[in-house]
Amino acid sequence: MRYLPQTEEDIAEMLEVAGAADLEGLFSSIPDACRRRTDLNLPGPLTEWELNDAMSSMASAMGACHECKVYIGAGSYEHYIPASVSYLLGRSEFSTSYTPYQPEISQGTLQAVFEYQSFVASLLGMEVANASLYDGASALAEALLMAARVSRLKKVAVSSLIHPFHRRVVRTYLEPAGFEIVELPGGPDGRTDLGKLRSVEGFAAVAVQSPNFFGCIEDLAAVGNLTRDSHALFVASFTEPLAYGLYKSPGGFGADIVCGEGQSFGIPQSYGGPGLGMFASLKKHVRSMPGRLVGETTDMDGRRGFVLTLATREQHIRREKATSNICTNSGLCAVTSAMYMASLGGTGLRELARLNYDKSEYLKKQLRGAGFAIPFASPTFNEFVVRFPAGFESTYERLQEQRVVAGIPLAAYYPELSGHYLLCVTETKSKRDLDALAGMLKV
Amino acid sequence: MNEFGGTTGLILEEPLLTEKGKKGRMGMSLPRRDIERAPMDETLKGEGPRLPDLSEVEVVRHYTRLSTWNFGVDTGLYPLGSCTMKYNPKTNERQAALTGFAGAHPLLPEKLSQGALKIMYELERFLAEITGMDSVSLQPSAGAHGEFAGMLVFHAYHKSKGSNRTKIIVPDTAHGTNPASAALCGFSPVNVKSNERGVLSPEAIAAVMDEQTAGIMVTNPNTLGFFEENIKEIAEIVHARGGLVYADGANMNAVMGIVSMGDIGIDVLHLNLHKTFSTPHGGGGPGAGPVCVKRHLERFLPVPRVVEQGGRYRLSYDFPHSIGKLHAFYGNVGIMIRAYSYILSLGPELKRVSQLAVLNANYVKEKLKDTLHLPYDRPCMHECVFSDKLQAPLKVTTLDMVKRLIDYGFHPPTIYFPLVVHGAIMIEPTETESREEIDRFIRAFKEVVKEAGEDPERLHKAPHSTKVRRLDETAAARNPRLTCF
Repeated sequence: MRYLPQTEEDIAEMLEVAGAADLEGLFSSIPDACRRRTDLNLPGPLTEWELNDAMSSMASAMGACHECKVYIGAGSYEHYIPASVSYLLGRSEFSTSYTPYQPEISQGTLQAVFEYQSFVASLLGMEVANASLYDGASALAEALLMAARVSRLKKVAVSSLIHPFHRRVVRTYLEPAGFEIVELPGGPDGRTDLGKLRSVEGFAAVAVQSPNFFGCIEDLAAVGNLTRDSHALFVASFTEPLAYGLYKSPGGFGADIVCGEGQSFGIPQSYGGPGLGMFASLKKHVRSMPGRLVGETTDMDGRRGFVLTLATREQHIRREKATSNICTNSGLCAVTSAMYMASLGGTGLRELARLNYDKSEYLKKQLRGAGFAIPFASPTFNEFVVRFPAGFESTYERLQEQRVVAGIPLAAYYPELSGHYLLCVTETKSKRDLDALAGMLKV
Repeated sequence: MNEFGGTTGLILEEPLLTEKGKKGRMGMSLPRRDIERAPMDETLKGEGPRLPDLSEVEVVRHYTRLSTWNFGVDTGLYPLGSCTMKYNPKTNERQAALTGFAGAHPLLPEKLSQGALKIMYELERFLAEITGMDSVSLQPSAGAHGEFAGMLVFHAYHKSKGSNRTKIIVPDTAHGTNPASAALCGFSPVNVKSNERGVLSPEAIAAVMDEQTAGIMVTNPNTLGFFEENIKEIAEIVHARGGLVYADGANMNAVMGIVSMGDIGIDVLHLNLHKTFSTPHGGGGPGAGPVCVKRHLERFLPVPRVVEQGGRYRLSYDFPHSIGKLHAFYGNVGIMIRAYSYILSLGPELKRVSQLAVLNANYVKEKLKDTLHLPYDRPCMHECVFSDKLQAPLKVTTLDMVKRLIDYGFHPPTIYFPLVVHGAIMIEPTETESREEIDRFIRAFKEVVKEAGEDPERLHKAPHSTKVRRLDETAAARNPRLTCF
């Protein structure tokens, strides 16, 4: 086997040093009653070429190909990834290293993550960002746990227009520890109805997502007004960070924690993971933050260098009193997103965000023109809700035969929205694609 | 030529990205604007982030230079104990990058997702076969996430029995994530000490296991590199008092095909695909931490689960006792594909992987035990733990020695862990290192120890040939500078 260099000769000599008669003899410390009696019943081994055939055949059974036109967003977005980013990511000095515990030989990762933290903080309008969490869903759960630590309260208000899967993860994280979760309903304009929340007294946090699950931009100023001068932390989440290339970021509205999914920035969709949990907060809360942080310092010769810092928050030092149990995070995805942001630059990010907005507005206009309803009036970014007439399911199914997926039906997540679909348009769709889609939907 | 890899070379400086660039440059080909600008509410418009504008060349050169300041498994021997830094096969990268997988939206209709679902389903079956457990969920994103899933299963199990257990037994050799994960579920860890043989004794467990205790978290093989030989007896004690047994499978690389975790009393186990199953660690992730359970706990596994019916696969949320969802979608599928590719490449030879991993570790232990203090002199599994006791009179510490090892071209072992060994040096060579490379590492360590006697100052100031030298971590923490703005 090409990954196993030891020859029979090596093995014989090494066994002698180890004092074992044969390979089985190395396991003499395992009691007989604990030994496995059966061989591993696994297929293979396959040659590299057989493996290529098997994998390519399974990959071709997926709705992801050059001809496929998928208009789904809902927490995972199709964006162009420059060849330079994929190429740099292949630098195995980045990918085959461990968490940078030995800073002298990890400066590449450390500086790249420091730059990532800087970019994310700036993008979200916050003072500090961590080195990443698993994904947007766990980032939101960690944000609420952090708000509970800061406020010493165990009740949180969560908008029902936050991604339904992210809310489900929040429940998994919070319920065993005895948290109370109050869901805020959606209003007729597609934004969170804050009316029910007259006072935030007793709440650890108020969490909204913007753009929300319907693609609508939330009234973040209103949330900021509610939480200002209270114990409650304002948690703003997102699934499409590109929106902040165009729209104001949550930091400017008084958010205490901003967190979300960063997959949009150069990370392949990969059927949902790995993603990137972006997480930023105000500096005054930094010692309550979960996850790793990279900080700048100097070496013994006075040169600039970077290290993991504020580790006294973390599990390997604090054990059960740590701010989180997280150890391995999404380091390489964080570096990828920084490579992507650097490639776009400030100017490119604004332009690309605007292009996403304009293209989705174009499809909105075409669909409205075709007689379909756009039920929510609030401004959106690159996805929006459409109400199709009864019987649309068969059109939706028929388009799939042509490898066109016209968004996702919302009724599974919001039973009151039967006939409503969430559609997403990014820069990967041309005007021709959009005209064709509008034409196909009309039939 | 120096026998060791470490040497000096041209190291290029590279500023921060924010110190580079010029407004108006662009490093990415923007898609054609084939659509006019749409009107928008100007009051909602923001400033956008303060990102530098850079050309593609500047970006490529920046990250290429940064990468040369890093050390990875592809650079050299990376004997980081309990982290299983084995070679990351390149074919795995090819498979995960196939457009059908990398470009797949997670909410694609089932009929357009069959490839990924089949891989997930089969990978679950493979992992069940390797561990001897009955059911697997691939959803957890990393080891600690898998532990959390396991603790949630404990919590749900006891709740279903109408009992509210608040304690959990955690040995002193456990990784810090164990108590932290348990605490998330409201369990308070009860610490137990390992015995003079470096393993848990049934008596110690019997003394603390009671009806308020949810169960035990055991790392097996443990972080001293020993198989917990009393595990069956311990499991019986825990089960008899209504508790469950959790095994941290971070060290599964030692026992594939050797021990069936399902047969020795383990109820819940997590694996690290980024350790045992060869997926790259990425400088800190992403990983994947599948959670495996025995039949009686299957109903608590995270949703959605992959269900097979007549050769077709679908995702099902129809498991009312489930602990819920842990990941925005289904877990780190890109990592699962790599692990699947690895398992198919080796098949039943995975047993040989474990045998050779254990052979290499025992070889290192025997070859270095006259040089370094070996606190537990007995056969080990996939890793061995030394200490700096013999060098203490020279005022040379574990840290000094491993920093000097860097100059010889080797990544340091795990140090100061497990906590039960003062000045621990935990070496896990893995099975993918050749004998010659391991011999070079051994000779390098002996050289370092020789230097400790001759010139301790050289060790105190090591490393000497890296991009930066020892860094001031105290200053970094006292006045944290976490962004460049």
